[in-house]
Amino acid sequence: MSKLFSEENKAAFSNPLNLNNPIAVQVLGICSALAVTSQLKPAIVMGLSVTVITAFSNVIISLIRKSIPNRIRIIVQLVVVATLVTIVSQLLKAYVYDVSVQLSVYVGLIITNCILMGRLEAFAMQNKPWPSLLDGIGNGLGYAWVLVVVGFVRELFGFGTLFGYNVIPKFLFDCGYTNNGMMVMPAMSLIIVGCVIWAHRAYNKEEK
Amino acid sequence: MKALRKIFDNIKPYVEEGGKFHAFRSLVDGFETFAFVPNQTSRVGSVNIHDAIDSKRIMSFVVIALIPALLFGMYNVGYQNALAAGALESTSCWAMFWYGFLAVLPKILVSYIVGLGIEFVVAQWKNEEIQEGYLVSGIIIPMIVPVTLPLWMLALAVAFSVIFAKEIFGGTGMNIFNPALITRAFLFFSYPAAMTGDNSVWVSQSKILGAGYDVVSPDALSGATPLGMAAQDSFAGFDCNTIHDAIVGLIPGSIGETSVIAIAIGAVILLWTGIASWKTMLSVFVGGAATGYLLQALGLTEIQWYEHLVLGGFAFGAVFMATDPVTSCRTECGKYVYGLLIGFVAVLVRVLNPGYPEGMMLAILLMNLFASLIDYCFVQRNISMRAKRATK
Repeated sequence: MSKLFSEENKAAFSNPLNLNNPIAVQVLGICSALAVTSQLKPAIVMGLSVTVITAFSNVIISLIRKSIPNRIRIIVQLVVVATLVTIVSQLLKAYVYDVSVQLSVYVGLIITNCILMGRLEAFAMQNKPWPSLLDGIGNGLGYAWVLVVVGFVRELFGFGTLFGYNVIPKFLFDCGYTNNGMMVMPAMSLIIVGCVIWAHRAYNKEEK
Repeated sequence: MKALRKIFDNIKPYVEEGGKFHAFRSLVDGFETFAFVPNQTSRVGSVNIHDAIDSKRIMSFVVIALIPALLFGMYNVGYQNALAAGALESTSCWAMFWYGFLAVLPKILVSYIVGLGIEFVVAQWKNEEIQEGYLVSGIIIPMIVPVTLPLWMLALAVAFSVIFAKEIFGGTGMNIFNPALITRAFLFFSYPAAMTGDNSVWVSQSKILGAGYDVVSPDALSGATPLGMAAQDSFAGFDCNTIHDAIVGLIPGSIGETSVIAIAIGAVILLWTGIASWKTMLSVFVGGAATGYLLQALGLTEIQWYEHLVLGGFAFGAVFMATDPVTSCRTECGKYVYGLLIGFVAVLVRVLNPGYPEGMMLAILLMNLFASLIDYCFVQRNISMRAKRATK
């Protein structure tokens, strides 16, 4: 048991959450982070989908890493990822149809998400399945928390709701408060992602 | 002046390093250098080229140039209010101005308090000298918004623009985009209902401290502005009176941008003091007029080319925004290209995009982005030309 949660394995899981965060530090996967975060619900679903897909693709690639011929490894990785994405996409359509409509093409586009290919190339191809699983979950959750923060801010100020429920009290609207139309636009989410990166770097100043 | 000097000399020891009120150092420093030219000179031994005036003095000249348009804007706010209430005959000139003054003053105060507040905090935090760029932006911002804009929206937009358009880039002189236009763009995209629409957005409709009138029949204000009508293809052309009003400035619009005459006075001051470049200013008008003429000849718009120049924010943008020395081109040839393209894009947006009746803001912001690229091209051309000449 102690071996399963050794320092290295713990680092594989916790680094991507903070010091090696795929969005805040590596600045990967930005397009989907801008596109799906106008509301909280699709942001959470997207974050979880990416977590599941990175975790499983990492494990699968790690299991077969020694038998993959080096010259066609990208194609093999793509096949694995594409299979998983298709499964997740079908599951979303079956159980949370409205969210999958909101996410539209961006579920399918997880295939091209830089985080996935990056982790497969950089981690799963060299490591055993268990650390690869931890690394996959860590990166997926590291991606997810930034999405949730951005989605929270955008839905709160852009629509005045959270998960679709009104949270801004009505008397504020009576006083003249208005929802911010720019929050709904992708341009503003780029600025919010910038602020998240800013805060993250300021907070981790000594670590670097 | 001497009394003021004495006050500053008395205060100074308290805010120096280790003094009781050290936290206010940048505040005192900022006001002192605004009122008096600093008495430090360049260190001996280094090579410096200095103009006779520093940037705080330049900023004060721009503020002076803006005052005619601001004062006329105040008068026009009162005029529009009285016109909408149907009480034009019975209201004196001064009553209209007083009403406009009361309507505009809170906006100027909010703009300065929020903007300068952030500047002072940042200067204190980074332990730098207070930067003066906001003096001009702070007075331009209230002039390019509708008079009915709620103050909290203005405060939010000012904070956004000072932080994200200015301080992030390193403060005054480092910004890529004009902060005043970023404020307007933020408002325009965030709160479109408060920034565009029919005349009820542009005309103040309630009493302020007992001055002015409550407009009881807002139906009179449901008409669109000329540019708004043109965007919806329901524009039927002007009669002479409207064009006359547009030049004098007695039409609904953002506070300071309506009067071409008041803006022209500002333009003369800017050109006479040599702060703004006549090349930029002229080429914006030429670009806009040429594009307007072309599009009208092609049958795409009913608006005459000269009407483009007097309507909306075109003149104001050309004189006070396009010529901003920080965000415009610096090479002499680049200024022509920069100005022509601003005029071109502004009229193009007005005519071809029904969603945006006014294109001046977007045109200047877009060209702000390209200003350094234009400069780069001309500098490279000069370098290669001179290299050729030298090797001949």
